[in-house]
Amino acid sequence: MSVITVVREFFERLFPRSGGSREEVKRRLQLVLAHDRTDLTPEMLEKMRQEIVEVISRYVEFDAEGMEFSLEVDQQVTALIANVPIRRVRPEVLS
Amino acid sequence: MGRIIVITSGKGGVGKTTTTANLGMALARLGRTVALMDADFGLRNLDLLLGLENRVVYTALEVLAGDCRLEQALVRDKRQPGLVLLPAAQNRNKDAITPEQMQKLANLLAEKFDYVLIDCPAGIESGFKNAIAPAQEALLVTTPEIAAVRDADRVVGLLEAHGIRKIALIVNRIRPQMVQANNMMSVTDVQEILAIPLAGLVPDDERVIISTNRGEPLVLEANLSLPGIAFTNIARRLEGEKVPLLDLDAPYNTLIGRLRRFFSR
Repeated sequence: MSVITVVREFFERLFPRSGGSREEVKRRLQLVLAHDRTDLTPEMLEKMRQEIVEVISRYVEFDAEGMEFSLEVDQQVTALIANVPIRRVRPEVLS
Repeated sequence: MGRIIVITSGKGGVGKTTTTANLGMALARLGRTVALMDADFGLRNLDLLLGLENRVVYTALEVLAGDCRLEQALVRDKRQPGLVLLPAAQNRNKDAITPEQMQKLANLLAEKFDYVLIDCPAGIESGFKNAIAPAQEALLVTTPEIAAVRDADRVVGLLEAHGIRKIALIVNRIRPQMVQANNMMSVTDVQEILAIPLAGLVPDDERVIISTNRGEPLVLEANLSLPGIAFTNIARRLEGEKVPLLDLDAPYNTLIGRLRRFFSR
């Protein structure tokens, strides 16, 4: 343990920071705005998910449990993020 | 023709009327002629913040009904001869006036004044639609709180849908100490989330409440307070001047703060 780490820890104990809700409020806002900015209803989003799953599964086998499907927002641009862990390509597609 | 700017927010209580009163006064002090329009029919308050409540005789409705001339309804400010107020009616509601009528009044004022600032009511219903109808530009007031920022974001969408593309942000009621303790969003945080250009920031300050108690906008003080400087800076930026942002952290550059920043590197 270096001297600077010891001093830092001593300093933090002497003047503890308060909880720090700033990151949390930013994260919650980003999420709620992602939904506000699109006119997609939860039903439409779910239907879209099912149809995308249908198309993907024609080509690959994937881990349905590990799949992520969400709306994210960055600087006025809303993106649909789908993360699909692929197990393997279907053999019938390869042939 | 003068510039017609709506001051809006979505959420209530974030400081729209305070901003309108102070920006109007600040622009008048910079030598501009300014007409302030209260678009909050039924819940008018701009007259109070300006300390002009006892001098209101006619309102926008009497002008539209032809019961008086526009000039007769304008309340002239004795402290700043360049500033006038067109009051809203207090005993009627938002539907007492139409967007077309608001447009007509604002355009008449823009022929005679350099600036027409419209104080928008809270919400996004008919009062909001009336207030934004004549505007070419918008100043969006928000505070660093989750509900205010969410509502502001919704309003950006509505303004753009209405064809108002020139939108600038005012972040009000910043508490630098809370930002430093990571318990409040910073101006940059809010601006990045809303992704619109910044017109200025205003610190949270009890002198704002004192000034509204007295009906004396902060920018009228001989020795300007920090929020008074903040509003004056926004007015100067509207005039096209490049004014650096206020450094609110300066008073909190304490030894502890500096040590903390040093050690947390």
